[in-house]
Amino acid sequence: MNGSIATPAAVRILVVGCPDWPLVALGVVSDEPALVLGAGRVVAANGPARAVGVARGQRRREAQFLCPEVRVLARDEGREARGFEAVVSALGAVTPWVEANRPGRCSFGVRGPVRLFGGEVALVRHAAEVVDAAVARVGSGSDGGPGSRVPGCQIPGCRVGVADGAFAAGLAARGGGPAPEHPMIVPRGGSPAFLAPLPVEVLLPVESLAGSSAGPTADLVDVLVRLGLTTLGAFAALPVADVLARFGTVGLDAHRLASGIDDRPAGHRPAPPDLAVSVDFDPPVDRIDRAAFAARSAAEALHERLSTRGMACTRVVVEAETEHGERVSRRWRDEGVLGPAAVADRVRWQLEGWLHGPPAVRPTSGITRLVLAPDEVVPASGRQMGFWGGVSAADERAGRACARVVGLLGPGSVRIPEWRGGRDPDDRVALVPFVESLQETGSVGDRGRGSARSDQEVKPWPGALPGPSPAAVHVEPMAVGVVDAAGAPVTVDGRGGLSAPPDRLVVPRSSVGTRPAAATGERVVAWAGPWPVDERWWDPLRRRRRVRLQMVTADGTARLVVLTDGRWTVAATYD
Amino acid sequence: MSRSLPAALPRSLLAEPEPFDDLLPEERPFPEAGPPEGAGPALRAVPSLAEAARRVRPTTLAVDRALPVLEALAGLLPDGLRRGITVGVSGTGARSVALALMARATGTGSWAVVVGDGDLGLAAAAEIGVALERLVVVDAPDPGQWAPVVATFVGAVDLVLVSPGHRPSVGDVRRLAARCRERGSVLVHLSPGVDHPVDGWPGRLDLRFSVDEVGWGGLDGERDRLRSRRMDVSVGGRGLPTEGRRDALLLPGPDGVPVRQ
Repeated sequence: MNGSIATPAAVRILVVGCPDWPLVALGVVSDEPALVLGAGRVVAANGPARAVGVARGQRRREAQFLCPEVRVLARDEGREARGFEAVVSALGAVTPWVEANRPGRCSFGVRGPVRLFGGEVALVRHAAEVVDAAVARVGSGSDGGPGSRVPGCQIPGCRVGVADGAFAAGLAARGGGPAPEHPMIVPRGGSPAFLAPLPVEVLLPVESLAGSSAGPTADLVDVLVRLGLTTLGAFAALPVADVLARFGTVGLDAHRLASGIDDRPAGHRPAPPDLAVSVDFDPPVDRIDRAAFAARSAAEALHERLSTRGMACTRVVVEAETEHGERVSRRWRDEGVLGPAAVADRVRWQLEGWLHGPPAVRPTSGITRLVLAPDEVVPASGRQMGFWGGVSAADERAGRACARVVGLLGPGSVRIPEWRGGRDPDDRVALVPFVESLQETGSVGDRGRGSARSDQEVKPWPGALPGPSPAAVHVEPMAVGVVDAAGAPVTVDGRGGLSAPPDRLVVPRSSVGTRPAAATGERVVAWAGPWPVDERWWDPLRRRRRVRLQMVTADGTARLVVLTDGRWTVAATYD
Repeated sequence: MSRSLPAALPRSLLAEPEPFDDLLPEERPFPEAGPPEGAGPALRAVPSLAEAARRVRPTTLAVDRALPVLEALAGLLPDGLRRGITVGVSGTGARSVALALMARATGTGSWAVVVGDGDLGLAAAAEIGVALERLVVVDAPDPGQWAPVVATFVGAVDLVLVSPGHRPSVGDVRRLAARCRERGSVLVHLSPGVDHPVDGWPGRLDLRFSVDEVGWGGLDGERDRLRSRRMDVSVGGRGLPTEGRRDALLLPGPDGVPVRQ
């Protein structure tokens, strides 16, 4: 692979998966075949049903054809969430950093607890015992329902996988046997080798296995299979630049997963602290539907707040507090980006588990406060479609080339202009880093469209330098001297008046990269100004006070010369 | 750039679509296999599919092979900016001329990339008419990475403005020019004359723009300001009369937009 994209070492992750969770949560543990139906498709089936060919994603008719005596149960997501909340809080005894992914699956970083328990094998054993005990309590159907536990039957033991990165760890958990005896621990650095022989279909999100196969990842997998790239290893062997060129960002993300380098979306970072959304309830809420309703609008507010900053969140902390000061805080993470609906679902799952949980953990009063805090964010890849039909081929080619160069030179090296407005030429347009996603380039157009001219006229900047703007704005302004006809330095008094008309522009000998002729001074043939400006005088740290002059020297060059703190510099050239 | 690909995968499946699929057969790098020699006279040669397609295809006009330019530049470039060429711009005011060259094309959907000119005034670019939403600015790469970075953009975007801080190698420059011809991008080499070390371009440039005379207007009174600049721009190179073309422009014009004088 010749891709030189910086690859931070993947974090070692332990994933706990509870097989057939929709069934276990319903308390159905028996030797009779049973399945759970959600949205018309099989979402879970127990061992005896699977043995005769019932599989996830089948229709009820197909499943009943294969196994006429199967017991069909309706899905109850509330119960799933409630039951799993008990499992996750039991895991709180192992590590405080449990991330719930969805009911039936959670994960945590291995680095801390592995030292406490003395090795990954011991940690896995301990975590599996804790989870199995908690699952047994849930599965015993303590809160009624259609449970029909046959005493001799075992609840399927949880599966545990440890690997570099959550993607590989999740697959390891799926591939391993019942945990305490047969966990699958992929050695450090072994994720690429572990992933290589797996089929590319594992790239599909779990939900789409059960439902219709649509979406960009499904298309990608479809094409890969038809290209003869049936394993992750074969896909990972392709050069990253070619994958990006042919499949775009979806391909790039999938390629990262398949290579086992780092499965977090590119460009993730911790969230700024001031983005949390909190809702206060007065009177306190003790009914789940009211809390869920508030959670929905809070999730929308969070989404709005993030998207105005061009971010989306991949991990969110949901914290609820009651009148009596009891609180529960849970970290939710998803493979993709958590949209408002997904966040609202997770809040509902968590509160359901808490408010309707076993009496030991149930709060004694209503919820008074709900806080949604984004924990990890990525640049938003969602975009608004252009009015006349979106991104052209030229936009896409340009976006790919930029992404390739970002890979070559590092993040932040490729930048795009953004109109800001200001009094000086260097303030008016700012450069923001190009974000490594094709969709972003589409939104660049949206952001900048029409702004260059209209804003300039609409927004007044009193004291702004009159146009036209200089074509060269120096990143490092060059220090110069401005002298009057008598050879004395030109100064500016408190009211912005010049001590004398400028006569010569003197470039000190020490400054490099200038023509030697300038060292003796160039005659100023015309000048304009001064334009004094005193910005942010209320802020002692960011205050800027300066006087600007336009000067044309004998060779016809026009410069913008600025006096700040008694020093003259050439800030820009009208090149 | 050597890459290892699995043998089973045809390279063409991963490559980007060629932007110039409409080359005439005589322009194609590899001649297509014609009908076998020695076929009997009774068998009249049936035109191959490619030949039939060529006969019925609408003619490609030169206009389609050129990028549009501002009306102010019509005196210098009456047919627009031909695709696939290399352009040099030098002298005082070179940046403004380079921006004016790019302005119209970015407004009609082409992208422009600036590699290695951190001083370029973006506010001025917007005033001259460059669509900022299709402009990308890249920091000056190390000399070793300069050629790969520029080559990545050539072919992917229509306009590449370079201002290398070093002297590129002859081989790199020749390869970039060939890539421009092949892909239809225009490479603009900017060597600003003011406060900047002037670096030569070690290769032939198809068009060379230079600014000869400059005069600022508007500084008549004490309280006035810079308003517009009159400049004499000349262009010479391939496909132009030997003495080149010369025109007087107001760049920037009274409201920023270039005007032909």
